[in-house]
Amino acid sequence: MSAIAEREIILKLEDVSKVYSGTVAVKRANFEVRKGAVNVLVGENGAGKSTLMKIIAGVERPTAGRILLEGEEVSFSSSGDAVNRGIGMVFQELNLFGNMSVAENIFATREITNRFGKIDHAQQENRAAEFLERLQAGIRPDMLVEDLRIGQQQLVEIAKAVSLDARILIMDEPTSALSAAEVEILFKVIADLKARGVAIVYISHRLEELIRIGDYITVLRDGRITGQEEMKNVDTQWIVRQMIGSDAKDFAKADGHLPGEEIFRAEEICLPRATGGLAVDHVSLSLRAGEILGIYGLMGAGRSELFDCIMGRHGHSTGDIFIGGRKVKERDTTRRIRRGLALIPEDRQREGLVSILSVASNLTLASLSRFARLFHIRGADERQAVTQVVRELAIRVADPAQEVSSLSGGNQQKVVIGKALLTGPKVLLMDEPSRGIDVGAKADVFRTMRKLSRDGLGILFATSDLDEVMALSDRIAVMSNGKLTGMFDRTEATEAALVAASALGHGPAPHTESTAHA
Amino acid sequence: MPDIPAKAAAPSASSGSVLLTVMKLRTFIALIAVLIFFSIAAPNFLSTANLILMSKHVALNAFLAMGMTFVIITGGIDLSVGSIVGLCGMVAGYLVLNGIDLQIGYTIYFNVFEIALITLAVGILIGAVNGLLITRLNVAPFIATLGVLYVARGLALLSSDGRTFPNLVGKPELGTTGFGFLGAGRLLGLPVAIWILIVVALGAAYLAKYTPLGRHIFAVGGNERASRISGVRVNMVKMFVYMFSGFCAAIVGLIISSELMASHPATGESFELNAIAAAVLGGTSMSGGRGTIGGTIVGAFVIGILSDGLVMMGVSSFWQMVIKGLVIIVAVVVDQAQRRLQQRVTLMQMAKAG
Repeated sequence: MSAIAEREIILKLEDVSKVYSGTVAVKRANFEVRKGAVNVLVGENGAGKSTLMKIIAGVERPTAGRILLEGEEVSFSSSGDAVNRGIGMVFQELNLFGNMSVAENIFATREITNRFGKIDHAQQENRAAEFLERLQAGIRPDMLVEDLRIGQQQLVEIAKAVSLDARILIMDEPTSALSAAEVEILFKVIADLKARGVAIVYISHRLEELIRIGDYITVLRDGRITGQEEMKNVDTQWIVRQMIGSDAKDFAKADGHLPGEEIFRAEEICLPRATGGLAVDHVSLSLRAGEILGIYGLMGAGRSELFDCIMGRHGHSTGDIFIGGRKVKERDTTRRIRRGLALIPEDRQREGLVSILSVASNLTLASLSRFARLFHIRGADERQAVTQVVRELAIRVADPAQEVSSLSGGNQQKVVIGKALLTGPKVLLMDEPSRGIDVGAKADVFRTMRKLSRDGLGILFATSDLDEVMALSDRIAVMSNGKLTGMFDRTEATEAALVAASALGHGPAPHTESTAHA
Repeated sequence: MPDIPAKAAAPSASSGSVLLTVMKLRTFIALIAVLIFFSIAAPNFLSTANLILMSKHVALNAFLAMGMTFVIITGGIDLSVGSIVGLCGMVAGYLVLNGIDLQIGYTIYFNVFEIALITLAVGILIGAVNGLLITRLNVAPFIATLGVLYVARGLALLSSDGRTFPNLVGKPELGTTGFGFLGAGRLLGLPVAIWILIVVALGAAYLAKYTPLGRHIFAVGGNERASRISGVRVNMVKMFVYMFSGFCAAIVGLIISSELMASHPATGESFELNAIAAAVLGGTSMSGGRGTIGGTIVGAFVIGILSDGLVMMGVSSFWQMVIKGLVIIVAVVVDQAQRRLQQRVTLMQMAKAG
């Protein structure tokens, strides 16, 4: 890795900006990608990394600026265009077809056909097997993608990108769901690609990983590039400084109130996985009134599934929950909400909001019985409650009768929170409450969490953001592979300890042939 | 109506919102248009006798369309209503003529009021079967109600071996007289069927707007997962809409056999298609979450008046079908154009507000 300096630039972004309705995601970015090297891109959540990569991969078109590929200005109208020019991308969100086999996924849209246009499945599976071989994940090309673990799916996504024979390969958080062993394999593949002159753009949150494999580093903050260096010249502190800048995140200070009695307890919660094994593996935890318990873990660690079990969304889950010391016998969501549980789901669009209804209807959806006398909704009471929530949570909306889909992400999230609060919960479950919302809204959400805990609510919140979990929690639980692998007090938790606990139990991929073949 | 989409290209915000209002009222405008057109084109169209006759025709479709509207708002479809109409008519006819034989030498005869209640219960029960298939056994609504369509029609045919139950006047000594009141009776100069329609329509509109159940119907159609997480009893909501649809179909079955004083097992064939057409014409979105009872009633009137008016003008029934189809397609195209325009106007308002 010595002769980096003379590596030539294959792709260059000049003054590229991207504006979405309302927000500027990338501001006048200048970014260079070098051949035969790992070009690392870091930044906090929402800094604009993914947007920048989507521009390079032709998924998004820049609002302003130029893209130069080998010195020649290019403009991609689709990701297909970019693929044709040799740019491949491993997306953070998996872009796989669960109902198709691994081989079909790898060759989707460029199927290998014979002379008559019939797909040559045998050929596809052979070729796919070659790529999978290099990833040593025990994935067979004829397996259905939906039967694979998230980590394995991520490997398929990587195999798909590698199979493109791309000159530039973008990897957006490729390791977020991988076990330590799988990460090692991926690094070997990357080294191999690098030796063949492929330019790799690598995005990750894990600094230790970046320092290990990166050759060049670029740091993004709030859509601007704040630093660009050779990796050998920088250290962790430099990266953090460029990432966070002078102004630290606004987490709203703890006010030092003491948590009260135990308000919620979960005992031995288990949830079987469709492909065998347990998605939630004998998890027990307890929460006190006024306490914020953060649950840290990687993607697929079972945090959301745990919340789903607590809310009674899976009929086949086992284990008991207690609220205020009394066992909750009700097994359905409706009655658990009445007992004082409320969930703010991770996926706002799919699970949080009814997007074609108004802001007001969404807010009161879970608590309509409060406003009804017999079967008649009392409009005045409902309007009053809506106005109050809109004010308390600082939801920016001109008229609550507006469709909720017209709001910004942050305000939509506040609507979901408002809906949960109107049910009068004792225990609030928040799954990635700050995902995909802007800095201001984040601060509002954190402030609201603090205020609620002061009012005596118990809050369980799941996140994969280390800073967030460290700053907000009174106690931190760590989940990995469905199990609770650590429980720390705020005073004794360190980032290193959390990261270590979140990687526990990630062995090599378990073999799940039986289900795939059935 | 067909010239509205062309104007949708108008860019300015103010003309946009005027256009939007026009488009929102499109079914109503269409109703007035067909009324004006036929009152000029067809003599006697506006006579009281004809108007009452037409509204009786419309009422039948309007009942089914209301039930259908709720079902479609939840994201489902009910293809079985036509067969339920037929089966319920047969149930009523059978009870008037034969009563229920208890197999021990006694036969129970019911009075007309009881017969109506039993018939309605049968309609609701078949709706419940639809609901159970969809919620408990996870059968897609299209398939579940298609199956029930055949089963109910088959049962209707079996009940009389394919024959008509004629002459449902009943016998005074058995207390089964008076069945004709529903179909032929009048109150304050209006047919009884119209009064029932008014009551059911007002009830349904109230339910949609002012009750938690109504709100839940819309929520389930808008986003079933989110509704579930918000504690909406999705299965109960779905059960209700199919049962309500069955109830509406039973009313229609009663009215038709009462009007004819006879029950024919093939009654109601393809009624479900007219009901869907009326709901869609009235602005109900097939993808769920959107629709109003008022819109559906107006939609039923447009379809009913269109077909009756064309008959009076002597247009061939083949052309009537073509015209009806075109009207439905245009309605949906305008609906889509309105959605897009609405989004644009909202964005512009947001931009203005900063």
